Amino acid sequence: MFEYLLKRIATIVPTLIFVSMLIFGLQQLLPGDPAKVLAGEEQDPTVIAYLRAKLHLDEPLPVRYAYWVGGVLKGDLGESIRNQQPVRDLILQKLPVTIQLATMAMCIALLIGIPAGIVAAVGRGTVWDTLANMFALWGLSTPNFWLGILMILLFSVHLGWLPASGYVSPFEDLRANLAAMIMPAFVLGNAIAAVLMRHTRSAMLQVLSADYVRTARAKGLRERSVVLKHSLRNALTPVITLGALELGTLLSGAVLTEQVFTIPGFGKLIVDSVFNRDYSVVQGVVLVTATAYITLNLLADLAYFLANPRLRR
Amino acid sequence: MKKPSLAVLAALLLAAAPLAQAQTLKIGLAEDPDVLDPSLARTFVGRIVFAALCDKLLDVDEKLTIVPQLAQSWEWSADSKALTMKLRPGVTFHDGEKFDAAAVKFNLERHKTLQGSNRRGELAPLATVDVVDPLTVRLNLSAPFSPLLAALADRAGMMVSPKAAQAAGATFGSKPVCSGPFKFVERVAQDRIVFERYDGYWNKAAIHFDKVTYTPIPDATVRLANLKSGQFDFIERVASSDIEKLQAEKKLKVARITEIGYQGLTINIGKSELSQQNPLGRDARVREAFELSLDRQGLAQVVMDNQATVGNQWVAPNNPFYAKNMPVPKRDVAKARALLREAGVSNPSFTLVTTTSSDAQRLALVVQAMARDAGFDVKIQATEFATSLNMADKGEFEAYVLAWSGRADPDGNVFSFHGCKQPLNYSGYCSADTDALLTQARTQRDPAERRKTYEQVAAQVLKERPVIYLYHRNWLWAYSPKLAGVREIPDGLLRVSGLKMAP
Repeated sequence: MFEYLLKRIATIVPTLIFVSMLIFGLQQLLPGDPAKVLAGEEQDPTVIAYLRAKLHLDEPLPVRYAYWVGGVLKGDLGESIRNQQPVRDLILQKLPVTIQLATMAMCIALLIGIPAGIVAAVGRGTVWDTLANMFALWGLSTPNFWLGILMILLFSVHLGWLPASGYVSPFEDLRANLAAMIMPAFVLGNAIAAVLMRHTRSAMLQVLSADYVRTARAKGLRERSVVLKHSLRNALTPVITLGALELGTLLSGAVLTEQVFTIPGFGKLIVDSVFNRDYSVVQGVVLVTATAYITLNLLADLAYFLANPRLRR
Repeated sequence: MKKPSLAVLAALLLAAAPLAQAQTLKIGLAEDPDVLDPSLARTFVGRIVFAALCDKLLDVDEKLTIVPQLAQSWEWSADSKALTMKLRPGVTFHDGEKFDAAAVKFNLERHKTLQGSNRRGELAPLATVDVVDPLTVRLNLSAPFSPLLAALADRAGMMVSPKAAQAAGATFGSKPVCSGPFKFVERVAQDRIVFERYDGYWNKAAIHFDKVTYTPIPDATVRLANLKSGQFDFIERVASSDIEKLQAEKKLKVARITEIGYQGLTINIGKSELSQQNPLGRDARVREAFELSLDRQGLAQVVMDNQATVGNQWVAPNNPFYAKNMPVPKRDVAKARALLREAGVSNPSFTLVTTTSSDAQRLALVVQAMARDAGFDVKIQATEFATSLNMADKGEFEAYVLAWSGRADPDGNVFSFHGCKQPLNYSGYCSADTDALLTQARTQRDPAERRKTYEQVAAQVLKERPVIYLYHRNWLWAYSPKLAGVREIPDGLLRVSGLKMAP
């Protein structure tokens, strides 16, 4: 296992180098001149020339890449051209928000999705199965932004229970923070819960029809023990993979949901930066999310070992 | 299965709904402002925030008249090449530094020399600044330049603390120090900008809030929902489709102000070779026919839900510099067809480039339908903004939907667009006569004389139609009925002085 772990970690380095090249290269493929976008309405030629020089836009691509990577290796991700804040500060500002939102959404998704999947599989063909499937279909087919706006209208405008937007740091006021985060977390968690439910259900169905489950039942084990101890563990492997991927997606920013609820996380940061051609911010954020993705995948691989002891050999 | 769980959570959090603090003014913006340094700032939305943070030498009022702010009075020399300003005594910056003539000199020079400054163009004719005495400053120009006053009533007239600016260098914008009614507290990008009341403000009596917060929410529906639920006291840029309902409901107050900018269609008539390859760019009669095929009132109605004033010039018909000799033409499809026959083109076809914003795309669709009646085949090419800007600059377009946010002085709406080789002249229009007139208007201080010059400019430019001006949008604001003292100034910037929240 230790050897496997080492191998996995060793593959991360080339992956990251490749990712950094990809991020940088794709950015350059974006049409339009960033200096022109940043120069604002006036399009003053001296300002454009200044911005071109500042962004090294006239240098060849490899040189620009070297400038950027050189900075990254020193921990300097550059500075936002639009509002002058260091990219590292921007990321550190947004990261806790995004992590909180992702964690809350994932908890909601797990709390709903896995039990619903188990119930649907165990009670296959019953009314519970139908209900769970209906829920999954609904969750998968409801667009996040639409559900978000409906929830704002219901809980903020009509009932006045929750704030429509306005992020508050949990260290400032925990209740206000939860009040602001619960709706976006639910909207995000809802869609993932549906995916998790479908996968848990199909994995469970497969496991429940396996020989060893029949043996377990024949041994006279209680159904509860058969389902939760013997079947669920085996069924969880694909669900863990999926969960890790979904968590990675959440960490890279829930673009639409963050826009609707004005949650100042990665999603909003990256969208605004792309439209403003704020290159250094886009590159920094994508690099961080790519690293998070890779790390989560590694963690998912490790989680297999915990869930399924046979792999430990 | 999930609704109950949500209800339980919501009920738990019921008490968590934040209580509104009476002394904080909460404003919802449509975008996140750019850097908060008056020299470097580039966006419209940034100017809204500056209105509370940085006082200017001059200001404009509801009628776009120049009024005093940090300068109490001003006087031009006989040759119009020197402007002497008397400054307001007893003004201090947020760091306690004194505002005086030396500070004005520092600021104007900073605008002109700071790397990447966007104010250079507005202050181009400003040669030197003399400190006459601590409260008198003289601006010496290389040539007469009447738009200077309007520039000093905008970002070029904003004064920052010289001491803070020198200490902060290029990063001044992340912690700006000015002399406005509110001072900078913090900014979390894309989340909030917080200011608190400056106790040393010269016009303290007009300030009735302890704090101002600006929160960017790009989606108009969500912005309005936040206003309705009490998260905001004021929002800018309400969606035009929401206005009628808001007015009928009478729960919120609404302000509609005709902008100083415009919405128009820029036509490539000489920017690149492409202009000569299609009849629209080649032949002024075809452009006239195109204009005659458009029903401006209809456009304003369909595209802007009537929240716009139709016009045919770079300033709105209610502007003192509107050229009355060139009235808004009526739609005349028969005449348009006749003109096309005369030009010898039966079914002219061209591509109209638009950005991907919903307003611009809707505009393009309605233009396409209207022009079809006269025999035009308009193809629409929706392009992301940055790309469209590049295409415009290189002349890789035949027609382009382009709006301008406008400047208080007409010069700011016309010089850079119709002067030969100017940075915003995307149409490629160039005429020595027009250039001479535009320069002449810059030297004239008497409004009546200037209007006459602009009438001549209008007669020349509108005949060639490098830009077909369509309408002037309304700035649409909505705010709490308790908020009093909202001044409707056409530049679309909310002034916080005098705003008051009724108990």
